[in-house]
Amino acid sequence: MKLAENLKENFTTGIMASIPIAIGYIPISVTFGIVSSQSGISLLQAAFMSFMVFAGASQFMAVNMISGGSGWAEVVLATLVLNFRHLIMSTSLMNNLRDVPAKWKSLLCFGITDETFSLMYMEQEQKPWLKSSPDFAAGVIFTAYASWVAGTILGGAFADIIPASISASMSISLYSMFIGLLVPAIHKTPRVVIIVASSMIINAILGQFISGGWAIVLATLLGGLIGAAFERGGE
Amino acid sequence: MSIFLIILGMAIVTYIPRFLPVLIVDRLKFPGWVNRWLKSIPYAALGALIFPGILSVDGKSPLVGLMGGIAAVILSYLRIHIIFVISGSILVVILVKLLTGL
Repeated sequence: MKLAENLKENFTTGIMASIPIAIGYIPISVTFGIVSSQSGISLLQAAFMSFMVFAGASQFMAVNMISGGSGWAEVVLATLVLNFRHLIMSTSLMNNLRDVPAKWKSLLCFGITDETFSLMYMEQEQKPWLKSSPDFAAGVIFTAYASWVAGTILGGAFADIIPASISASMSISLYSMFIGLLVPAIHKTPRVVIIVASSMIINAILGQFISGGWAIVLATLLGGLIGAAFERGGE
Repeated sequence: MSIFLIILGMAIVTYIPRFLPVLIVDRLKFPGWVNRWLKSIPYAALGALIFPGILSVDGKSPLVGLMGGIAAVILSYLRIHIIFVISGSILVVILVKLLTGL
């Protein structure tokens, strides 16, 4: 009985801890729903994407690429490259949850995003007893996931009400979201500029010869390599 | 290829790196350069996603995307919430279009 109470408590702690993520996710997922609808992606498709993929930057990217006429292989491969970083986060989380049955872990791992992972990591540093708690992780993920899917549906549903003059200008939002993710990282670690600049230049050059989607994939892999080389030099 | 199948493909390739550490119980160990590469990839991806795509935000002039991008850089440098960065840049794009008559 005591154990069951603890479990419930940890789940609730996770849900409450995740509210700041929901506050951040809702406006972004609403924007995603609107931009998708503007790009010719149906409400059902946008909601399906949020439901099945749950990885914000890659979803914006995919909508952009699909509406730009990229083929399925380009979109899927670019998604893989962009989301491969979750491997490191999942390794860290699953190491903490090593005593949890695999069927629960295979469900929980779906909920790893930059935000849910960072939040769990920070909370667990302060409250070590949450470290091995799958219920805490489930609570954090539940709030984040629900707000992401709900926001997408809300955005898609509202897309038609928004005046055309504003919605036509909303295609910038994808890029401002990316910029908003990058600038704080550059502020914190100035070396990131080298990675960003090299992948931009490589992408601009490759884009002259191959399709946009493949150029992004290659520029990401090469820019990342240049970044890794520079970090080594900095040590 | 229908959009639903693309989404299904995206779902599979996004789930794989999340799921691999569940299968491999022991902590995955990579050589140092692979770790540095994996850490650099999100930044490289964002860079490639921004440029030069941002210049084609408006079909008529690259200036529109450029101004919106500059606005987003300034606003995010001020460390305000991302939603204000997004809405601020949308506002700038609307203004640039009005002023230049694009």
